[in-house]
Amino acid sequence: MPPGITTLAADAPELSAANTGFMLICSALVMLMTPGLAFFYGGMVRVKSTLNMLMMSFISLGIVTILWVLYGFSLAFGTDVGSVIGWSSDFVGLSGIGVTELWDGYTIPTYVFAVFQLMFAVLTPALISGALADRVKFTSWALFITLWVTVVYFPVAHWVWGAGGWLFELGVIDFAGGTAVHINAGAAALGVILVIGKRVGFKKDPMRPHSLPLVMLGAALLWFGWFGFNAGSWLGNDDGVGAVMFVNTQVATGAAVLGWLAYEKIRHGSFTTLGAASGAVAGLVAITPAGGAVSPLGAIAVGVIAGVLCAMAVSLKYKFGYDDSLDVVGVHLVGGIIGSLLVGFFATGGVQSDAKGLFYGGGLEQLGKQAVGVFAVLAYSLVVSAVLALILDRTIGMRVSEDDEISGIDQVEHAETAYDFSGAGGGAAPRNTPAPGTPATPTNKKVDA
Amino acid sequence: MKLITAVVKPHRLDEIKEALQAFGVQGLTVTEASGYGRQRGHTEVYRGAEYTVDLVPKIRIEVLVEDEDAEQLIDVVVKAARTGKIGDGKVWSVPVETAIRVRTGERGPDAL
Repeated sequence: MPPGITTLAADAPELSAANTGFMLICSALVMLMTPGLAFFYGGMVRVKSTLNMLMMSFISLGIVTILWVLYGFSLAFGTDVGSVIGWSSDFVGLSGIGVTELWDGYTIPTYVFAVFQLMFAVLTPALISGALADRVKFTSWALFITLWVTVVYFPVAHWVWGAGGWLFELGVIDFAGGTAVHINAGAAALGVILVIGKRVGFKKDPMRPHSLPLVMLGAALLWFGWFGFNAGSWLGNDDGVGAVMFVNTQVATGAAVLGWLAYEKIRHGSFTTLGAASGAVAGLVAITPAGGAVSPLGAIAVGVIAGVLCAMAVSLKYKFGYDDSLDVVGVHLVGGIIGSLLVGFFATGGVQSDAKGLFYGGGLEQLGKQAVGVFAVLAYSLVVSAVLALILDRTIGMRVSEDDEISGIDQVEHAETAYDFSGAGGGAAPRNTPAPGTPATPTNKKVDA
Repeated sequence: MKLITAVVKPHRLDEIKEALQAFGVQGLTVTEASGYGRQRGHTEVYRGAEYTVDLVPKIRIEVLVEDEDAEQLIDVVVKAARTGKIGDGKVWSVPVETAIRVRTGERGPDAL
């Protein structure tokens, strides 16, 4: 998030219809990332837990939207309190905001900024869900999201992007969420899985993705939505920086696809579909903090490095024995760290700010700031998320029973089956609805005997 | 009567079907199946994790014939199914006591 474009509008900025329209479209694009992520993750699990995986993301669109309106926007972007949190009573319920009131220093209404940031808040907890596949009670997950955004995401978003937030004031560059979104979600995932443990059969049973086309579809939707996520984070188009971000998003992602595939071909012998989709997401994650600070050639470097290192990182779980089921740590935490630190090497000083990286004569100063941002968010999210998971686990329990996990969480938690390809309908018959054309009779009523 | 069962490579289905039609077979049943014989399975890689997939996709074709046609029909199926590579499958026959056409109630060879 950039400082206000006060140089372009030295006096009070006026509402820009172009920027406002652009930002509303960007908000819709970011919204699409959450269901896109649901498909990306949903295709990667086994058939028996597809719906649960989809729902773990989708529920965030409900829960976090409401929390954001009630108090989230105020905590993240209200007036700074002690550099760690915000609060503005006008923002509570979004009810004290004027229709034409502009976000401070920008040319878009506060409502637009609020809804754009809302989409980020929705996506971030959904990212965590991939690490928890197949085994978490849905109500516990819903409660976890509620607590997590309240004590982790809203404060961290304030640190990184809020005026007065301590990482923002330190000069940490995080254009669109390398720390606040990706390191935050990846570290949270690691904290939670260390508490709740592995899936039944981890490292023993085959856990192949059940639908790679679904994974590819999800990756494509993420890539598409990410243009809004990244380019929109400049909150307007008055100086071309958003356009640079847009270009770098595409360039780094393409490079990361190639990087992941090349590593995989050399190491494992094949160019896999899952590798291509994963490489795309790794590149998108890594360019998120960096794309406003680097040149397109720098973006290629960021993408290739992220693609290769994330491809290597996804194997760590087998070595260390933590069940990061769909590689949230390997892709989002590692990718976020790579992108955030590479700013310290590749920042040209000629795009979003004049801060230069090591390769452009800026010395180690920016790299040091980036490292502080990375470590602060990683440590805070890891510890607090683990504590939240521990509290929930000791009270209502985080996991479904072993039997339910083995037979499949979809039927236990959602009373549904993802796919019915059999002409016999899986033997399903209506229990309480009368046959067509016959009036309901008492015999059709459910009897609790 | 005899029941001829063939478990073969899925991509041979059309060849087999055409050969059976040319032979004069009126109907058959096809089921998707999975299994392995001497060729065993294959290896798949997902984000660097290698899985040995034992069960290979196959199709199972079942045809009811009169006794005198059985041997010849088996030859037709085997010829159409063969690619010469490992994993071509198996064909076998078993005696059948009776068969009934559900619509008319015809029994025995008349039901075929």
